[in-house]
Amino acid sequence: MLEFMTILIIKTLVAFVVSLLIVAYSTWIERKVLGHVQLRHGPHRVGFHGLLQPIADGIKGFFKEELLPDNADKPLFLLAPIISIGAAVTLVVIVPFGDKITIMGREINLYLTDLDVGILLVLAISTIGSYGGILGGWSSGNKYGVIGGLRGTAQMISYELSLALAVIAVVMVSGSLSLIDIVNSQTGLWNIVKQPFAFILFIICGLAELNRTPFDMPEAEAELACGFNVEYSSMKFALFFMAEYCHMFVFAALVTTLFLGGWHGPVVDGPHWFFLKVFIVIFFCVWERSTFPRLRYDQVMSFGWKILLPFGLLNIMLTGLWMLVFNL
Amino acid sequence: MADKDYAMNISDRRPTGKFITPILKGLGYTLKNFFSKPITIMYPTERREVSDRWRGLHRLKVDEQGALKCVACGLCAKICPPQAITIVPYEEAGGTRYPKEFVIDELRCIFCGFCQEACPKDAIELSKVYDFVDYQREDFIFDIEKLKNPEKFIFNGK
Repeated sequence: MLEFMTILIIKTLVAFVVSLLIVAYSTWIERKVLGHVQLRHGPHRVGFHGLLQPIADGIKGFFKEELLPDNADKPLFLLAPIISIGAAVTLVVIVPFGDKITIMGREINLYLTDLDVGILLVLAISTIGSYGGILGGWSSGNKYGVIGGLRGTAQMISYELSLALAVIAVVMVSGSLSLIDIVNSQTGLWNIVKQPFAFILFIICGLAELNRTPFDMPEAEAELACGFNVEYSSMKFALFFMAEYCHMFVFAALVTTLFLGGWHGPVVDGPHWFFLKVFIVIFFCVWERSTFPRLRYDQVMSFGWKILLPFGLLNIMLTGLWMLVFNL
Repeated sequence: MADKDYAMNISDRRPTGKFITPILKGLGYTLKNFFSKPITIMYPTERREVSDRWRGLHRLKVDEQGALKCVACGLCAKICPPQAITIVPYEEAGGTRYPKEFVIDELRCIFCGFCQEACPKDAIELSKVYDFVDYQREDFIFDIEKLKNPEKFIFNGK
C-alpha cells in the first residue's frame, strides 16, 4: 500500500511538473512562432533565444500590483481564476503519456488514471472550466467583461455539442470510452485514417472551445478590449492565461490520443511519440492563429449550428452504416 | 455610381462557396513566412547601415595637428534656422582665430545640415550617430569636447 501511494505521488508530481512546463513553454512557442510568421524574431533577450522568457513572465506576474475593481462581486471575482485553472489542471489526470514501463522491477503506467469514462470526464471538466471565464466576466462589473462572458457561454454551448459528436464517432470505432483503450485500438491504423471527418470536426470545435483565434469571441481584442479578463491584473490574469494554455496542451493531448495514435509510432512506441505529436498539434494551433482573422459573432453561431452540427450527425450516421455493412 | 467601386454591397459579402482553397493558401503563406528569414534586426547589437548623407549628431573636425579646423567665423551660427549654435570666438596676436566656446543645443537642432553647407573651412559635419539618449536636458548641450567625438554617444542598450 505504501509503495503504491509513493508511486502514485511521484507519478502525479512528475505529470504535473511536465504538464506545467509544457504549458509555460507553449507560451514561448506561441510568441516565437507568431514572431517568425510575422517576419520578426519574437522573444530573444532573456536567455538563449528567449528560452527563460516564461519564467521571467511568471516572476513578473507574481510581483505586479493586484487591483480589485470597486463594483466587482468580490468573492466571485476571486473565485473565477481558481475555477479556471483548477479545471484546466485537473484535465491532466486523464492524459495518457505512454504505456507501461518497467523501472526497478516494478511495472509503472505512464498515465495517472485509466478511467472507464475518461473521455466523458474530459468533456465534463472542460465545461466546468468555461465557468471561470463566464463568472470572471460577470463578476468584474465591466461591460466588456459581461459581453465577453456571455459570448463565451454561447460559444461553449454551441461547439461542445459538435465536439461531443466528433468524439462519439471515435468511440464507435474504438469501442471504448477509456482513453487507454482508444490508444490501444489504434495500434495498426490511426483513427485519423478511419475518421478523417471527425478529425476535422474535432479540430475546429476544439479551437472554438480553446477560444483560439478564428473563434476568440470571449476575448476579442479589437471589439471587447480583452473580454472576460479585462479587469484582471497580475497573477489572477496569469492564472487565466495559464488555464488557456493548459487547455491547449490537453487539447493537443486529446487530438493525439483520439486521432493520432497516442504513444504509438514507427520503430519504438513510447512517450517520445506522444510528446512529438503534442508539439505538432500545439504548433498547428499557433500556426492557424497567425493565419485566420476572427469570425463575426453571428457567423460563429451559424457555422456551429448550421454546418458543424449536421456534419457531425451525418458523420455518426455514416460511421454506423459503415460499421453495419462491414460488420465490424 | 462611383461609390459602388469602394463600398461593399451586402450581397458581395455572401459566401462565394470557396472555403477550403483560400484557407489552405493562407496556411501555406504563413508557413512560408515562418521559414523565411525575419526582416527585423537585433538592435542595438545589430544596426542598419544608414546613408552616407545621413544627418546625425554634429562633429567638429580636427586637422593633422589635432587642432580644430574651425576659425569661428560664425557663419554656421548665422544660418542655423533654430539658432542652436553659440560661438565665442578668440583671436590670437598672430591672427589665428579659433572658437573659445562652441556650443550646440542638440534639442534645438533640426538636423538640416545648413551649418555643414555654410562652413567655408569644412570644419563641421553631421555624423551618422542617430540614437543619442540621456536623462537631463543639460546633457544635450554639446560643447567642443563632446562635439569632437560624437561616436562616443552611440546607444549601446545600457
